[in-house]
Amino acid sequence: MDQLTASLMDGLLLGFVYGMAAMGLSLIWGVMRVINLCHGAMMTLGMFATYLLFTTLGANPYLALLVVAVLGLGFGFCVYGVAVHHVINAPHLSSLLATFSINMIIIGVGTAVFTTSPRNIDFPMGSVQMGPLTLQGTRLIAALVTGLVTAALYLFLYRTYPGKSIRAVANNRDSAELMGIPSARVLALSFGIGTMLATLAGGLIATFFPFTILSGDAYQPRSFVICVLGGLGDPLGALIGGLILGTMEGLIPAFMPVSWVPVVEFALFVLILLVRPRGLMGARS
Amino acid sequence: MLQVRNVTKRFGGLQALTQVSFDLAEGQILGLIGPNGAGKTTLFNVVNGVYAPDEGQVIFRGQDITGWSPHRVAQGGLARTHQVVRPLNELTVRDNVMVGACFGRESHSLASAGRVADEVLGRVGMAERANQITSSLNVAQKKRLELARALAAHPYVVLLDEVLAGLNPTEIGVMVETVQRIRDDGVTIMMIEHVMQALMRVSDRVLVLDYGLLIAEGSPQDVANDPKVIEAYLGDPGLARRLVAEEAG
Amino acid sequence: MTAWRRPGFWLTWPVVLLGGLAVVLRRDNTLRELGFTLLMFAALASSLNIMMGYTGYVNFGHIVFFGLGGYTGFYFISQRDWPLYPALLAGGLASALVAWALGSAILRLRGAYFALATIGINEAARAFVNNFGPFGGPTGMSVNFAAYTRYGGAAQALWLTYVLLLLVAVLALIVSAMVKHSRFGLGLMGIREDEDAALVMGVNAPRFKTMAYVLSALFPGMVATLFFFKNGNVEPGDAFRLHMSIEMLVMVMLGGQGTVLGPVLGAITYERLRGFLLTSPIFKDLHLAFAGLFLLLIVLFVPTGVVGWLRARFPRVRGLLT
Repeated sequence: MDQLTASLMDGLLLGFVYGMAAMGLSLIWGVMRVINLCHGAMMTLGMFATYLLFTTLGANPYLALLVVAVLGLGFGFCVYGVAVHHVINAPHLSSLLATFSINMIIIGVGTAVFTTSPRNIDFPMGSVQMGPLTLQGTRLIAALVTGLVTAALYLFLYRTYPGKSIRAVANNRDSAELMGIPSARVLALSFGIGTMLATLAGGLIATFFPFTILSGDAYQPRSFVICVLGGLGDPLGALIGGLILGTMEGLIPAFMPVSWVPVVEFALFVLILLVRPRGLMGARS
Repeated sequence: MLQVRNVTKRFGGLQALTQVSFDLAEGQILGLIGPNGAGKTTLFNVVNGVYAPDEGQVIFRGQDITGWSPHRVAQGGLARTHQVVRPLNELTVRDNVMVGACFGRESHSLASAGRVADEVLGRVGMAERANQITSSLNVAQKKRLELARALAAHPYVVLLDEVLAGLNPTEIGVMVETVQRIRDDGVTIMMIEHVMQALMRVSDRVLVLDYGLLIAEGSPQDVANDPKVIEAYLGDPGLARRLVAEEAG
Repeated sequence: MTAWRRPGFWLTWPVVLLGGLAVVLRRDNTLRELGFTLLMFAALASSLNIMMGYTGYVNFGHIVFFGLGGYTGFYFISQRDWPLYPALLAGGLASALVAWALGSAILRLRGAYFALATIGINEAARAFVNNFGPFGGPTGMSVNFAAYTRYGGAAQALWLTYVLLLLVAVLALIVSAMVKHSRFGLGLMGIREDEDAALVMGVNAPRFKTMAYVLSALFPGMVATLFFFKNGNVEPGDAFRLHMSIEMLVMVMLGGQGTVLGPVLGAITYERLRGFLLTSPIFKDLHLAFAGLFLLLIVLFVPTGVVGWLRARFPRVRGLLT
């Protein structure tokens, strides 16, 4: 029983980070109806960037995250400008394939540069005792960071002009343009923020799991399932979806071998899309 | 030909249609008018199977087609055009029409569908454009294509949704004549229109919808003079009289 | 049927057939291996094209039909000692069945959502096979040398496999051409352009989509059975290489989706390019990145692929470049 509770708690804390990753995906989808298939690659870049800053500069990984966030934002701008902008008004297939090709390029170059050997950030943060449970320090901090980032995101979206522009464009791009909002810049910003969230999540994951160049691709399907759970386009829904999925992943190993997880996730994904396409939270899809 | 009984449709909190009932007799042209948002296209969508009504029935040629999927309805001989045209963009004009012929009531093979397509294109005046790619057409041509597609299935009934919208007066005249010729060929027509003069001229009977309710039904003249209809459009029944009086005075 | 009356029909598959037969006449092993790879990808790309090019449903998980069909076919050969021909058919049928089952769930999803679901399928399929006892679990299955004696020894078996693949590939091309110029194909293309409008016109979209999906799954299953038989073994990692799904997508788009010639052209071009990249010291590790770059350039600048571009540029050859 203790084993199960420990597993659950672990999953719950992990769920925070999953949620943050999914938030980026959800934001991009909500604002520009693009399903970002390089999301996983962005997470991987976040992992590697944090790792490199830690190993080459000896930086505190959590401080390194600040740099990673900025890099992620900038990289998101670039990817938007190069690949997404041109196909934003084309049929969905084009943006799917465009982001997919960016994914391939990143993974391809990354594999050549970093090879597929696993990396690890060894920065233990101790643990906290909560009754019978031992909570890892790294997980707690990750959950905390996620909470802060979520709060910051909401403040940004609801209290600042660029944030409100983003919500306007998400709501109705043409009307927003008619009101003088430069939609191209807003879309670039949204893509940048979405990427930033992905790289941040990657960086955090790197603090508690070893990773390879292919790890991000493992988190991508999870992010999609979470988005669908929480309702595409709803960042808070993504966070809650992340918590649900994280908890589920804590529970599954008690009932079946871990290798079945992809099958369960896929089944869940399809089921939700068929039965309640607006997600469990009922957000607009 | 077509009987609609007590059709009600809700979308979440919005009551789009409430207890709408009417009959469409064979060979008639039935006009459907009403202010924007009245539920006219929604009514077409219910008849044609795109939505299933929450209550009520749709009976077509004696068969209850309520809740049938759109392709079954089409195969039964009921065709429709769309308010915002939906051409099959990367296909040629001829291929577009052939889809209608192949999958409509008569289920043609490719060869005979080709012949039907050529004939129908001739009737709507698009024969020279048969091999053009549809994305290169202008709005008026796309509207005629949409009509040709619907007719290629040789339907019993065709629902025309704002087939005159976006056309200039000359084009309207041509389209109205085409509609009349279609009726003369034995097709029953129901049409949504905002271009009043055209609709009133061509319809045998007119239905008026407002906020999902059928508020008037009758001959074009009766409907035009019905105070409820005038109120629906202008908001104030007395306004029409005052405006006319001012102009006269 | 008007398919064979079109000049374009006689362009693609006869050329492939003749080219393939030429290899047999030359009796050159290296050429045969090259031919095998090219034919395999041509068949795979053509089958993907049925779903992606004609029906407009992007399938990121086409490799699943390859994997599951190949696994089934190979299972019958290695575990049940079946001869190659019935195993071949079994492989194809297995994929078709999987497609039918999967399709009933995911074909109700539209556009981008369908594509997303197909991404998940690959992972799920691999996990399933990894855990599935009869298929050998993580270690897979293999065939011992004796199995080849039935065909006159290993060398003969390899040539036989090649010829069978040639026939399967040519069949795939013929089927692709026939679908394109049939009533069924017209319905599919209507679905691709505007599914709701097609429904309103009477196209039974759910049934047609399922038929297209099942048809597109048939050939990968057969091709995979031959591939694994030739290799002598199969394991989960081999059967569900996500890279292959991606590469098939690139091939279809590069050549020109929605055409018969396109996927073949794309397959041949991409394979040669890949071969070049893999043997060149500089680009060896970057072939995936190059595939990605290629795909991006195609999507951005030439979305209709080579054949599509040619058809737009030279309208007169449209009848030929079908």
